[in-house]
Amino acid sequence: MKLKLNVWRQKDSVTEGAFENFNVNDVSEHMSFLEMLDVLNEDLITDGKEPVAFDHDCREGICGSCAMSVNGYPHGHRKGTTVCQLHMREFNDGEELWIEPFRAKGFPVIKDLVTDRSAFDRIIESGGYVSVRTGQAQDANSIPIRKENADVAMDAAACIGCGACVAACPNGAAMLFTSAKINHLNLLPQGQVEKNERTIAMVEQMQNEGFGSCTNHYECESACPKSISINFISDMNKAYIKSKAFGKAGI
Amino acid sequence: MILDSKIPEGDIKDKWENHKFVNKLVNPANKRKYKVIVVGTGLAGAAASATLSELGYDVHSFTYHDSARRAHSIAAQGGINAAKNYQNDGDSVWRLFYDTVKGGDFRSREANVYRLSQVSVNIIDQCVAQGVPFAREYGGLLANRSFGGAQVSRTFYARGQTGQQLLLGAYQALMKQVNSGAVKLYTRREMMEVVLVNGKAKGIIVRDLLTGKMERHAADAVILATGGYGNVFFLSTNAQACNVTATWRAHRKGALFANPCYTQIHPTCIPVAGDYQSKLTLMSESLRNDGRIWVPKKNEDAKAIREKKKTPEDISEKDRDYYLERKYPSFGNLSPRDISSRAAKQVCDEGRGVANTGYGVFLDFRDAIERLGKDKIEERYGNLFEMYERITGTNPYKSPMMIYPASHYTMGGLWVDYNLMTTVPGLFALGEANFSDHGANRLGASALMQGLADGYFVIPYTLAPYIAEESEKVTTDHPAFKEAEQEATDRINKLLSINGKRTPVSFHKELGKLMWDKVGMGRNEAGLLEALEKIPQIRNEFWQNVKIPGSGAQLNVALERACRVADFLEFAETMAYDALDRDESCGAHFREEHQTKDGEAVRNDEKYTYSAAWEFKGVDKKPELHKEQLEFENVKLAVRSYK
Repeated sequence: MKLKLNVWRQKDSVTEGAFENFNVNDVSEHMSFLEMLDVLNEDLITDGKEPVAFDHDCREGICGSCAMSVNGYPHGHRKGTTVCQLHMREFNDGEELWIEPFRAKGFPVIKDLVTDRSAFDRIIESGGYVSVRTGQAQDANSIPIRKENADVAMDAAACIGCGACVAACPNGAAMLFTSAKINHLNLLPQGQVEKNERTIAMVEQMQNEGFGSCTNHYECESACPKSISINFISDMNKAYIKSKAFGKAGI
Repeated sequence: MILDSKIPEGDIKDKWENHKFVNKLVNPANKRKYKVIVVGTGLAGAAASATLSELGYDVHSFTYHDSARRAHSIAAQGGINAAKNYQNDGDSVWRLFYDTVKGGDFRSREANVYRLSQVSVNIIDQCVAQGVPFAREYGGLLANRSFGGAQVSRTFYARGQTGQQLLLGAYQALMKQVNSGAVKLYTRREMMEVVLVNGKAKGIIVRDLLTGKMERHAADAVILATGGYGNVFFLSTNAQACNVTATWRAHRKGALFANPCYTQIHPTCIPVAGDYQSKLTLMSESLRNDGRIWVPKKNEDAKAIREKKKTPEDISEKDRDYYLERKYPSFGNLSPRDISSRAAKQVCDEGRGVANTGYGVFLDFRDAIERLGKDKIEERYGNLFEMYERITGTNPYKSPMMIYPASHYTMGGLWVDYNLMTTVPGLFALGEANFSDHGANRLGASALMQGLADGYFVIPYTLAPYIAEESEKVTTDHPAFKEAEQEATDRINKLLSINGKRTPVSFHKELGKLMWDKVGMGRNEAGLLEALEKIPQIRNEFWQNVKIPGSGAQLNVALERACRVADFLEFAETMAYDALDRDESCGAHFREEHQTKDGEAVRNDEKYTYSAAWEFKGVDKKPELHKEQLEFENVKLAVRSYK
């Protein structure tokens, strides 16, 4: 099939960017979206032009590197799919596509489709862990965990940290990401001890990074390639209010 | 050069305990005076950085990703082995040790493997304490599954995302240490050179991938946890950025490279679809627990399926060849990876392959769905089935999957002694970057185990003896840093100045195809000699005809790729030399000259019970072979049989 692409080009973080148009021919329906861009880049390099820069690595939807919006949808329109696993059979011959970096105040553009998502690392750094040193652990089966709790914790832990939730949110909020990590740990007995400190620290770090707040648009859940539930946000809000109201010591 | 593996004395069960006791320690108050560089933030690197900084060392951690959470460890699906024996099915440290030595086809170092089995149990404890959400049973205790190459259920898992959850655990432990100021983390940096002072590793040169600026970092020890070289085949299940550069650059500075020909081919990947393909997607081996692998008995049926004139459902039961169940009745569809992969190649070479290229076999869940119900299968493999459908457009609940082997993991790597130190003093290698534990073939669910064992439980003990004895402190003002930086800068300038006609990727593809055809699943002398003739030709053309637009002072993805391809083009030759030298079939290394009538691998223990460690002698020069003889005192050398 043939496609008309409008790709966001931006030299660096300070230069203003613009869309550049490309026509790509011979696109196979079995290609992944990134393979289609690979083919474009090979042609650009051969012509002595700079290839389109985009983050990508595992190409199997788990590393969370790839991040771009296609026709306004973070990772493209197919539900529960990263752009690296989006295949060209999802598009039609002759279609015109608009390809942009994830747009959010918290994710400044570095070049073309590459953005700086280090704010997510700083949110984790502020408290997204259990403070256990290597070697301190007791036998793994000494604390039984209800299967249902472990399963819900896993639902939250499935987050790949790609940032689609932020790009999809009209407020540029990072609440789905932050709540996924908070809930993953808070739901497990190992994470209970530091629950209050963790919740307060991560929520406040998130605010300090310039992300907005949730006003229940549900766009994040819809864009999330791992279909993480927005319910985690209400659980996070509840935990945050309780932690603030009752102090870090908890009740 | 004499390779001293430094295996401790005593009974194999006591070696590690004794070694830990006699090893010198570093006073806690002194540890902060020692700076340790860790390159890579996958399982081994993140675990090592977190743990060493907890002990008090001044840790500086480097990754070429934008975040420490992206390394390819994250893509491991199936699980992690540990000799917990929670299932009461006869597992033990000894059995895991035995299975791993046997699975490695008697080409690994017994003492290392035993230690790996011992610490495997601590890994699970550690990860659960970190909050890794492993699968659980209704009673609240941990669940296990069985995996290829083993007859016990010792594999712990977190749905089909075990690697992700373990890496996030290690990443969180690392970020905890970053938060406390104990680790300094550098992202988007690629290691270009190791810096040696008086023959010892004292630092690294990295390139900031955003600005192109070279940076010098000095330290008392350097740890490489930079993964494997499976992308030498271009198409593999590895992530796009996985490369040999860090280990190859260390090799050029004197670290011996061991057993590069041991490359594991994973039996269950989605077959190649076209020329544009950038990677092959692995479907977890756990699928083999319930899926049955088959091809048609008759060539004409296979041809009809390839031409879409027949569907798999049209082939009656008596016309199907469940070849693994037929050839290996006791292990069947769970036969080890190398055996399953070769069996698939064999039936496809016979003309019975089913994908449109002729290279594919069926993995069929029809019987499992009948026996257990669709719900049960969905619970076990739901995300994998969904992934398959997304990539191929075929629904595996209705029609069998198609799979074919692909390059997946590399057992070879930098030669290390029992302390995980390379032949360069002060330079250590962990995880897939070293060669030590898997011999000629790795068992499923053992890569995660080894990465975490090395990072959490081995290096924290084996780094101290070196640090305690080493007193020379250097800074980045030392001339060796200037020299190494110049080397890296010159290389980049040279690449940018060529301005030829071909893209870096086109060279990578050309090399990869050659390696897959001649140094891949089956190898023979003529093919290897042909590869050795052609690799330098591709390399020469690369250095005259590669084209890289843009400058070196910016984010330049073509330049990054070119640097990596340049190193693959040197490394590939050593890999072919190794495959040629090893004139036997063992594990994943299959020399077509050495097989039984049924196509089984034939080892030659008399001549080849050694690890081959290669010394760099210069580009276009044959590397020199050094041998580490392997002793099997605890597991008797035997023909590996899975029949």
